[in-house]
Amino acid sequence: MIGRFMAAEAEEPIVQIRELFKVYQQGEINVTALNGISLDITRGEFLTLMGPSGSGKSTLLHIIAGVDRPTSGSCHVQGIDVTALNESELADWRNHNVGFVFQTFNLIPVLTAYENVELPLLLTRLSSGERRRQVQTALELVGLADRQHHLPRQLSGGQEQRVAIARALVTDPSLIVADEPTGNLDSHSAQDVLTILQSLSRSAGKTVIMVTHDPKAAAYGSRSVHLEKGELSN
Amino acid sequence: MALPVRYSFRNALVRWRSTLATVLGIALVVFVFVLLQSLAAGIEKSSGNTGDPRNILVVRKGATAESASLISRENFRQIQYFEEIARTERGEPIISADVLVLINLPRRNNGGEANVLLRGVTPRGMELRPQVTLVAGRWFTPGKREVVVSAKLARRFANFDLGESFKSGTAQLTVVGWLDGGGSAFDSECWLDADEARAIFERDMYSSFLIRPKDEVAGTNLIARIENDRRFKLKAEKEVEYYRKQTMTAAPIKWLGGFLAVMMSVGAVFAAMNTMYAAVGARTREIGTLRVLGFRRRAVVVALLIEGGFLAFLGGVLGCALAFYWNGYTTATLGFETFSEIVFQFRVTPLLVIEGLVFAVIVGVIGTLLPAVRASRLPVIVALKSV
Repeated sequence: MIGRFMAAEAEEPIVQIRELFKVYQQGEINVTALNGISLDITRGEFLTLMGPSGSGKSTLLHIIAGVDRPTSGSCHVQGIDVTALNESELADWRNHNVGFVFQTFNLIPVLTAYENVELPLLLTRLSSGERRRQVQTALELVGLADRQHHLPRQLSGGQEQRVAIARALVTDPSLIVADEPTGNLDSHSAQDVLTILQSLSRSAGKTVIMVTHDPKAAAYGSRSVHLEKGELSN
Repeated sequence: MALPVRYSFRNALVRWRSTLATVLGIALVVFVFVLLQSLAAGIEKSSGNTGDPRNILVVRKGATAESASLISRENFRQIQYFEEIARTERGEPIISADVLVLINLPRRNNGGEANVLLRGVTPRGMELRPQVTLVAGRWFTPGKREVVVSAKLARRFANFDLGESFKSGTAQLTVVGWLDGGGSAFDSECWLDADEARAIFERDMYSSFLIRPKDEVAGTNLIARIENDRRFKLKAEKEVEYYRKQTMTAAPIKWLGGFLAVMMSVGAVFAAMNTMYAAVGARTREIGTLRVLGFRRRAVVVALLIEGGFLAFLGGVLGCALAFYWNGYTTATLGFETFSEIVFQFRVTPLLVIEGLVFAVIVGVIGTLLPAVRASRLPVIVALKSV
């Protein structure tokens, strides 16, 4: 699973964003969240998106990941313009190409760690044996193979986030997006999570895009991009 | 691809406090539905369980029940010589001319009064109804003012204990035995000697004839012969057919059961809807996460429908279990055919249980549909940002 990405070409742009605008309507006022952003992200890069609250970093991340749509502009991921896909196509595309890590972990509380990690694989054609192998590999990668039968409430915050990372990894996506993944964690757990994300980029060739407020967290990335009022500031 | 069913089941069970009210609400609806339908089934079963398929019953044309029928003695004399009728070893025709009279008697424990069906029956008539057995005391002696009452009626009417007597018309009838109709309509009757009945109630005419034809073909011919003979103005049909049609009493109970169930199910649908709106509201972000992972709207709707349907199914099982507690319980009502007290048992049949469960699941699915569709239509990003 991981080996395929080791062979990927390091400099190939996986994300190409051109003239991206996102305008929200709040009552009678238009709020510009993204103001003509253009950005390339190369394969295997660990990009951190930084900036103050309301700068548009999460909006940009959501558009790249295909969970939000821009008002105008294009966003190509691996050559596919995700802004042109319909709801169903986007759902399939996300399942195959993107792994998500949220600030609040977003695990399904009634499912065990194993079942949570297995969820994205249920949408594939893999046999139950193949699914089991991939889930085990993903859980071993985040060091939680021994916690697979635990429900989320039986895990610590750091463990929950590691399960979420395993869930993001399990379909072997090219892109992993993380929205403030350490925001709810103590410093020790945050360090664990950031180390895993960094190794995914460095060793497994995954492209990781992470939104964070924390400069210490951003230091784990290979490149940092700052947003200010919907525009790139550097 | 659908979400795993365990997701729906566990979600339904994890919020057990909030969903208990829905389960109980649906259980109540199903209980009322199944119980009322089991009443109707009991009445139908009692009628459908009555008679011998070989026997032919003759009543006056237009009479809806034996008790409303009058047949002349001349008709009896003419019909008894028909060659289609089977005969005993001594050459006597196997035909019984019965007299049925409704009498008003007091219930036990000052429970008011009700009509009871009194059947004046011949020894031949008793032979033609082998499903009626004596369970206490003895049979009446012909020529004496004695009566054998249904054991099930004896529990409901005053003066029906063995040795007790009650006044009927000018006569004082003494209870000498209890009969058991084997779950048939005869459980709602009291029997006495046919000649005594005619004398006491000053009846010159009979109510019905019960005939045993020689064989199946003779039976068909006999029915046609009686029906087509203009002298008689009589209606002949198989005894079992006659009783199978005596289910008019069940119709309003069935209707009431259906009506109450529909009315109550409206409330149950809202209860299910309320529960599922709350469940969906509390899980909006979770639903957003599922959508982000690649599950389509349809998968979310199906998962929530399974959850609502599962809750309702639990309610249905509980409702059926409560109704089943009454299965076999003996009760009575006014029969619309005879206007007399008819005794029957609640019958919770497998079909009724299936109907109750299907009904429950339909209520649950309808109640879940709107919240499920609403949840699935929420944009992913809005669902993810919900608290």
